[in-house]
Amino acid sequence: MSTEIAARVKNEEWKASLTSERALVRWALIIAALGYLTLFLFIPLAAVFTEALKNGLESYFASFQDPDALAAIRLTVLAASLAVPLNLTFGVAAAWAIAKFEFVGKQILITLIDIPLAVSPVISGLIYVLLFGAQGWVGPWLAEHDIKIIFALPGIVLATTFVTVPFIARELIPLMQSQGREEEEAALTLGASGWQAFTRVTLPNIKWSLLYGVILSNARAMGEFGAVSVVSGHIRGLTNTLPLHVEILYNEYNAVGAFAVASLLTLLAIVTLIAKTMIERKTASSRSAHDPAWSTQPGSPS
Amino acid sequence: MSIQVDHVTKRFGTFTVLNDVSLHAQAGELIALLGPSGCGKTTLLRILAGLERPDQGRILLHGIEVTDQRITDRRVGFVFQHYALFRHMTVTENVAFGLSVLPQAQRPSPDKIQKKVDELLSLVQMRAMADRYPNQLSGGQRQRVALARALAVEPKLLLLDEPFGALDAKVRKELRRWLRRLHDELHITSILVTHDQEEALEAADRIVVLNQGHIEQTGTPEEVYENPATPFVYQFLGDVNVFHGRISQDRPSHDEASGQPPPEADASGEHEVTFVRPHDLELSLSRTTPTQLEAAVRFVITAGSRVRIELISKDSPQIISVELTKERYRDLKLQQGDVVFVHPKQLQVFKMPGPSSV
Repeated sequence: MSTEIAARVKNEEWKASLTSERALVRWALIIAALGYLTLFLFIPLAAVFTEALKNGLESYFASFQDPDALAAIRLTVLAASLAVPLNLTFGVAAAWAIAKFEFVGKQILITLIDIPLAVSPVISGLIYVLLFGAQGWVGPWLAEHDIKIIFALPGIVLATTFVTVPFIARELIPLMQSQGREEEEAALTLGASGWQAFTRVTLPNIKWSLLYGVILSNARAMGEFGAVSVVSGHIRGLTNTLPLHVEILYNEYNAVGAFAVASLLTLLAIVTLIAKTMIERKTASSRSAHDPAWSTQPGSPS
Repeated sequence: MSIQVDHVTKRFGTFTVLNDVSLHAQAGELIALLGPSGCGKTTLLRILAGLERPDQGRILLHGIEVTDQRITDRRVGFVFQHYALFRHMTVTENVAFGLSVLPQAQRPSPDKIQKKVDELLSLVQMRAMADRYPNQLSGGQRQRVALARALAVEPKLLLLDEPFGALDAKVRKELRRWLRRLHDELHITSILVTHDQEEALEAADRIVVLNQGHIEQTGTPEEVYENPATPFVYQFLGDVNVFHGRISQDRPSHDEASGQPPPEADASGEHEVTFVRPHDLELSLSRTTPTQLEAAVRFVITAGSRVRIELISKDSPQIISVELTKERYRDLKLQQGDVVFVHPKQLQVFKMPGPSSV
């Protein structure tokens, strides 16, 4: 038994040796990578928390008692809770259409979905100012009817939605494309309605990727600065989201307050990463459970 | 339920997949749609299921037109080549799916559904696997589950799209015999799409041979195999030797083999082509009639129930395949390079359009 294990270990080592470098090169690469990560990721992360806790826990928590900070938290959560469901609906619909059907303009739609990733968030915000601002295209009409979009919640939600459009759709499209249409067709031939096929076959097949997309989208929605900054107007207690509030505090030399609020966003990022990792594990295990068996079907003509 | 396909045409873009196809199946028949890849057989099946719409023509099930009926209302069982089992459901849940999506008023109670699922799983010999997920099953097992799932809704028509195409040869053979027995038990009108002529010959009551969107021949397996209506059917159903010109028992006119130019095309611009199955060729070691073709043994494959011999014609580069019984092969004591004389026992001559350059 032990010789069998020893043989297996040896075999693994031999396999590893096929693709590995000499020890010196290996260590040099590891140190370079670690140094890079320390400099650009770990130190800033640690700095956020050291700065935030510089004057002790008491002043750290005091930063959140401030009504403006509380308002910023509320607004951020509200904006995200509107933007994420919007993108959830759009993302699933777009991915469904792109993955399961052929139609004219499909390539254009795929490209359009990526636009928010390609343009600077500031420009995304400016687009809405141009459209809805006081001097914008529909601005005068809105003013007449007393509808406020820019420098108000609707503008913030619009900007947030715009920058987070790609996350869910991009997560789902490749998965749904690889899953094909056959399971849905099978459901239809078995008498399911389109809605039943969607809720009972399509959704369960994409649920982990969907959740993954929602989490990424949420993180981006809560952390968005540029686009929101342009449309928000920075009215304290009214149109300031968390990232904007950090900026204001910092500009007022309230470093502890700024970093305390920043640490909230950092915590959100860490939680997001943990959730993301867990979901990745989950999808990896469900994929490894399905895919090998799924893909061992020998290709055959039809 | 009888099926009537009435002058159906289907195009994808500029490509005509089905060109004016008409077809009739009686209730309880098992029909094989046989043809090479891209001949339109799967498209025809999907049109029958309602997964595609024909551009022209009508589909009648049991005499009622269903061309525009939705899939959901057709009550057609469809079995996919790659099974299309719901990967997140167990075998039981898969089979129960069709019953569980019924409107509440028609839906059987959970107990009744479970009973029905158990019955079906026994029928396809999968009861022991009821709680497994599709990825824990072999290909053959998955396809049996897929069949049980399709049967659960008591379809009047069962459509099978290359159901065994993704399986290995042995399982495929077992399953098609099993499918035939199952059909004899259940008598559901079934249409089996396949590119495997053996599968069609063995499982079907009738075979419809499709090629490039039209029907080449319809008939019992015996009819299409013994009396192919067209050169295509002859070539598609089993191995065949093609001789340009006419060879016969009484005329020494194997043009190409004898080095003569091909016969003049007649007035209609046609020429003749002779088809002979490898097992319809007889070999002898000496010339007994003047018409026999002289050839040399190039290759002998003795593995299998019959001996396959490749000959090369003496006067032309044509390869001739011959199949002999083991006894005959032993009698002849053939070696590579031996000279033999070839004599057809049975042959078929077709007129082909155009000059003889096939």
